[in-house]
Amino acid sequence: MDNLKDNDTKTIIKVDDLQTSFFTHKGEVKAVDGVHFDVPAGKTLGIVGESGSGKSITALSIMRLIEAPGRVKGGSITFNGEDLLAKSEAEMRRIRGNKISMIFQEPMTSLNPVYTIGDQIAESYQIHQGLSKKQALEKALGMLELVGIPSPKARLKAYPHELSGGMRQRAMIAIALACNPELLIADEPTTALDVTIQAQILGLVNDLQKDLGMSMLLITHDLGVVAETCDYVAVMYAGKIVEYADVNTLFANPKHPYTVGLLKSLPRHDIDQEELEVIRGMVPRPDDLPNGCRFAPRCPFAREMCVERLPDLEDQGDGNQVRCWIHTDQWDGPEVNVRDDYGYSESTQS
Amino acid sequence: MAETTVNVSTEEKKRVNPQMENFKNVWRKLRQNYLAMAGGILIVLFMIIAIIGPWITTGDPLAPNVADRLEGPSSQYWFGTDHHGRDIFTRIIHGMSITLYIGFLSVFVGMIFGVVFGIVSGYYGGRIDAVIMRTMDVLLAFPGILLALGIVAVLGGSINNVIIAISIFSIPVFARIVRGSTLSVRKLEYVDAVRALGASDFRIIFRHILPNIMSPIIVQATLRIATAVLTASGLSFLGLGAQPPTPEWGAMLAAGRNYMWEHPHIALFPGLAIVLVVLAFNLFGDGVRDALDPKLKS
Repeated sequence: MDNLKDNDTKTIIKVDDLQTSFFTHKGEVKAVDGVHFDVPAGKTLGIVGESGSGKSITALSIMRLIEAPGRVKGGSITFNGEDLLAKSEAEMRRIRGNKISMIFQEPMTSLNPVYTIGDQIAESYQIHQGLSKKQALEKALGMLELVGIPSPKARLKAYPHELSGGMRQRAMIAIALACNPELLIADEPTTALDVTIQAQILGLVNDLQKDLGMSMLLITHDLGVVAETCDYVAVMYAGKIVEYADVNTLFANPKHPYTVGLLKSLPRHDIDQEELEVIRGMVPRPDDLPNGCRFAPRCPFAREMCVERLPDLEDQGDGNQVRCWIHTDQWDGPEVNVRDDYGYSESTQS
Repeated sequence: MAETTVNVSTEEKKRVNPQMENFKNVWRKLRQNYLAMAGGILIVLFMIIAIIGPWITTGDPLAPNVADRLEGPSSQYWFGTDHHGRDIFTRIIHGMSITLYIGFLSVFVGMIFGVVFGIVSGYYGGRIDAVIMRTMDVLLAFPGILLALGIVAVLGGSINNVIIAISIFSIPVFARIVRGSTLSVRKLEYVDAVRALGASDFRIIFRHILPNIMSPIIVQATLRIATAVLTASGLSFLGLGAQPPTPEWGAMLAAGRNYMWEHPHIALFPGLAIVLVVLAFNLFGDGVRDALDPKLKS
């Protein structure tokens, strides 16, 4: 732990050109297509995108939990300098839940109904540290205290159906953090919860992350959650990252039309709004992706070149990386200021 | 502090294992089902007879008594005697343990193999699934009694071979049900969650999937015992199961066939015994099914 603190810039996980596809009878479906990112030690990276953008598949690829007919087709995932894709299944089992943990979206169904909360937290210690049931349960009690579950001693013997959604998610966090992982992957951890409980759980996750010094990969479709929690943000669209920036830059100066569209569709209280803004159209089906920019069919600025050719993710010099022709010198259209011309700040729509 | 302790203890009392809760529910529903309870009581009675029966009946079920052969029911011989003068009542009581032994053991063995095949098939899917399930389909394609006949014909007639034959033809029935249940449970999020925790396949299968698919297995096992008893008697009736002079009901029925017109009691009582046991298990099994999983009710 100490050497992690000494070296803040150390990268915990580096994902490079990750490609995960599903091979169905209709052909290859590219769910994740050339994704790059890294998470520095102790920092949080948010992956944002609509349903079907490939963010959960990215998480499952890191855990090596993609099931047939899916397969990680290419790229590399480097965790603490080791290539996860080269690991055997047995080696991966020692990493899962121990070095890299995951929290799932649905606290209602992510706990086994026939075992107590204590049993399920203890299982982590039994698998990874070979503790006896009794020792494991003692440590489980400590975890319940850590995640702020009231009267933890009694809750240890509670079954999942006896707990509320928020309490179950706390229990899930206790299970995930039991072995003190270096990386926590949270896949929409608050989506299924009430708004007030969401705030509590996010606060808890944030605090624990700081206290335990772990890195986090937060998958969400909620930009509000990103603003509260993340240090860096990757915006995903149809299997590709379209914008990658630190959180302040992204919110202050979004560059990709999709990012701006997402920001614009957040409800705002500083202006009068008759109705919520939307990005028109649908995410393209992963088995029928456009050849050019994947956002082109929905983009208000799209030109012929956007439909024909896919832009690269290019460094903008100010910390932003954007995948959009507008921000290249090849752009052949009139000058566009995505933010203003999309009407993000004014939020007026004809 | 004192307050929390009180709190904890009251909560402790309310706290019940959902399986226990489920068990209580099942028991409550079973008790309301008079037919199932009648079946259950009969089964318990039969088990008691099977265990203590041989100790309390007088006489030897195998010893011939030529002087009293072919006698009708009387106060001395409640169910009469057969063509060797053996007391039919004593023989039926002794036959009870044979019948239950075949029924329970063959279903148990078939269930173990069927559950393993079904769970492996449903969990791993793909080629393993295809190989196992097509093999099961081949076994299912034969009518049960025909398959058992074939197996006993190959292995030779004896009680143990009957058990082997019935076990084998019970395997695909369990395998199919277990595979289906496994498929539905393995897609649940908590299975993904324990996999993300680093649990091995073995741990996931036996600790997390199996306990959640017990209901259909229990129901099927109860109903299969009736089938097993009937098949075993059938095989013995055909001379392929228990060999004379074993007091097996199917064999007794076969022996009584020759005296059907003059002395029907020789065939009647073993036949009644078979009917009662099969009926008891069927009634009880139906009740268990309705109580455990109302969705299975057809």
